Amino acid sequence: MQKENNTTVPSATTPRIRHRKRSNEVIPEPSKANGGNLLVNDRNKYKSMWIRTHSTVWMIGGFALIVYMGHLYITAMVVVIQIFMAKELFNLLRKAHEDRHLPGFRLLNWHFFFTAMFFVYGRLLSQPLVNTVTSDKFLYQFVSSLIKYHMAICYFLYIAGFMWFILTLKKKMYKYQFGQYAWTHMILIVVFTQSSFTVANIFEGIFWFLLPASLIVINDIFAYIFGFFFGKTPLIKLSPKKTWEGFIGASVTTIISAFVLANILGRFCWLTCPRKDLSTGWLACDPGPLFKPENYILPGWISQWFPWKEISVLPVQWHALCFGLFASIIAPFGGFFASGFKRAFKIKDFGDSIPGHGGITDRMDCQMVMAVFAYIYHQSFVMRQGISVEMILDQILTNLTFEEQQSLLMKLGQILQERLEHS
Amino acid sequence: MNRWNNQIHNNILSLPSFFFSFSILIPNNFWVCNQGTSKPFTFITTGSVYIVSKVVIRLYNNKGNMPKDNSAPSTPTSARARHRRRSNEFPADESKTNGHLLLVNDHNKYRSMWIRACSSLWMLGFFLLVIYLGHLYVLAMVVIIQIFMARELFNLLRKSHEDKHLPGFRLLNWHFYFTAMLFVYGRILSHRLVNTVTSDKIFYRLVSRLIKYQMVICYFSYIAGFMWFILTLKKKMYKYQFGQFAWTHMILIVVFTQSAFTVANIFEGIFWFLLPASLIAVNDVAAYFFGFFFGKTPLIKISPKKTWEGFIGASVATTISAFVLANIYGSFQWLTCPRKDLSTGWLHCDPGPLFKPEYYPLLPWLPWTEIAILPVQWHALWLGLFASIIAPFGGFFASGFKRAFKIKDFGDSIPGHGGLTDRMDCQMVMAVFAYIYHQSFVVPQDYTVETIMSEILSSLTLEEQQILYMKLGQILQERMFGWD
Repeated sequence: MQKENNTTVPSATTPRIRHRKRSNEVIPEPSKANGGNLLVNDRNKYKSMWIRTHSTVWMIGGFALIVYMGHLYITAMVVVIQIFMAKELFNLLRKAHEDRHLPGFRLLNWHFFFTAMFFVYGRLLSQPLVNTVTSDKFLYQFVSSLIKYHMAICYFLYIAGFMWFILTLKKKMYKYQFGQYAWTHMILIVVFTQSSFTVANIFEGIFWFLLPASLIVINDIFAYIFGFFFGKTPLIKLSPKKTWEGFIGASVTTIISAFVLANILGRFCWLTCPRKDLSTGWLACDPGPLFKPENYILPGWISQWFPWKEISVLPVQWHALCFGLFASIIAPFGGFFASGFKRAFKIKDFGDSIPGHGGITDRMDCQMVMAVFAYIYHQSFVMRQGISVEMILDQILTNLTFEEQQSLLMKLGQILQERLEHS
Repeated sequence: MNRWNNQIHNNILSLPSFFFSFSILIPNNFWVCNQGTSKPFTFITTGSVYIVSKVVIRLYNNKGNMPKDNSAPSTPTSARARHRRRSNEFPADESKTNGHLLLVNDHNKYRSMWIRACSSLWMLGFFLLVIYLGHLYVLAMVVIIQIFMARELFNLLRKSHEDKHLPGFRLLNWHFYFTAMLFVYGRILSHRLVNTVTSDKIFYRLVSRLIKYQMVICYFSYIAGFMWFILTLKKKMYKYQFGQFAWTHMILIVVFTQSAFTVANIFEGIFWFLLPASLIAVNDVAAYFFGFFFGKTPLIKISPKKTWEGFIGASVATTISAFVLANIYGSFQWLTCPRKDLSTGWLHCDPGPLFKPEYYPLLPWLPWTEIAILPVQWHALWLGLFASIIAPFGGFFASGFKRAFKIKDFGDSIPGHGGLTDRMDCQMVMAVFAYIYHQSFVVPQDYTVETIMSEILSSLTLEEQQILYMKLGQILQERMFGWD
């Protein structure tokens, strides 16, 4: 079955998976050149490549459609991916024999999952949610009080799960249950960290979600292509099919395409505008200084060769260079981590949701590392104006009643006027 | 006898250090703006050198036979540990009343009770001293406790056979530890650090820069550790290494969540740290005594020595003492005032409406006509309820964990008590609750138009204030039109 609502997948990781699968099946074979293995099993290879290409095209198509539809639908897609990833990972280390003696243990996993979901998305979406329901007074008060006591509600949900866990501890099953408890926590942290940062990026502007994801895709595709044609020296023992030539070639290509892609993506208002509420309408905004093209005059020797005299560069393209660097050099470690993990626990794939690709976690391993980096980079280096203004505005809106807000507004207005008159 | 000798030995050794530190007049922290006037320098430096010398002596006599002055006052948890120990040694004995087992082994019991009481008193005394010294020293104490707890837990599931093949793996644990420390304390203390170094321009710029890029620094430090981990994966050791990686993360989360919240509480006012910690201690003492005298029906299979009578009696006692203790603690400004920077001087502040006594008239046939109640006492009732009903689950969790992995104690730092984690298990659950309760129910009550107004005027520039004014005006206008 093909699921349309899965995230983007690079068509090039198909051969990587093919290599990874073959390397799992035939473990003692080290570092053969990529060319050697590819010509084996011609018929099966073409058939499986066709299946993979088919599902890749569906995934990319679905992804493009969702990006067109908007922020809310992308968030929904991220949430759905998350649920499937968590389901795959929860099932991974479970042992069916012990599980028969522990009814309701699976339910505990999902309880913690929904607590984490409420916590993370409550924090991220509280401000946009408040902005959406300003029209209805009753709903507004309900939402405000929910947000005010959000931390307390999440904490008590967690404590309820914690107490439930302790009360269901069974003799002789202690070690298994504690192991599962720790495993649940690790899964939830891994899944929710990256998805919360992804959603935060989306509401800053789809650009900051689309660019990192595309860079990972491009890196995979070109790593495959360079490895196919030039691959000789193996890169790391964990993934025997990866080569240094593929790695370096892909790095160069990713950085160049980051520069170019940022220019292309930065022209669309739909991608660069932040979204302040949960509506789905069209966006129009002042994109800010980052997306205004600046013109650089090219030095003389270039204009002799090329017809262009000057080039317009969006300032965001310099930031995109850093993204490209990270995507090519550090993000593959997410893939190595997943490979090592599968070898450690002797698993072939995380799941089998996507035909020809394995599970969703197989597709998302590098994306997760990249999403976190993109968020932290954006928070630290892409200056947003008025952070403290936002914080204080939050405080005013959540902690004061409507009348108090109005009186605060009047007093502030008076003080500002006095200051203007003095200066 | 060994323990006795070492204990006396320790005390004699520490006296010279005490006098030595008197003679050192170390100037107070050079970066502190406002220096306290009512605390002599010598006392502060004496206390800190004394503490350091105690730790050093303990590290040199690392057989763990000496009382370690750390952490929470826990006279009663000694008794609880005794129960837990006996339950680990005789796992087949289920649901005996406390009375039977206590009268066995008279001589050993009295001596071990004496050792435990001694170390408990040392810990209590040390704790009171640190509270007296102030917020910064409490913070230092929390950090030291954290380091020792992390060390105990890191060592717990390590297998020495595999470790021989993996040099530098322990270093990786500590790398993640210091990354977490930078992240957590950077966030909590950033504002206060900025307020402390406002006097020196170079320092101020350096500190502001560090704070601005704090997330990036922590992230790259974590990524460096992640890459280091992947590059040191060895064939046939994959499963062990991944297990250790996950274990490291779980430890750091558990240790740092509760200590981060503890530190945040401390700087809101020592009251919000002292009250929850005391309630846990009171709960343990009361549970022991009620179980001792009335214990019959067992409470939970994981801890066979706990009884329903002890549990319920302790709940009542804890709730009542929460009410009383809040009144006592709330009358000291040292405990109730928040600390805005990292200085160590005396504190003066307006304690706020929570700590101003309100008078309620009592029934006419009682000798007192009215009773003064601080509004914070009602909050303390909730803290007491949580401490007695839910916080013991932290202890059950630790007991279950030890049974699952067939460990007797988490460590042996404290004589008679086991390791630091044994003492801190209930405290951890309570610290998180205290912080969340404070943030959700106590702080918002303090928000008035005046407080937010003063915050606006003090922390925003003129342009930002104008932006705020415009945005607020827009939002309020939209609301008014939407609701009409």
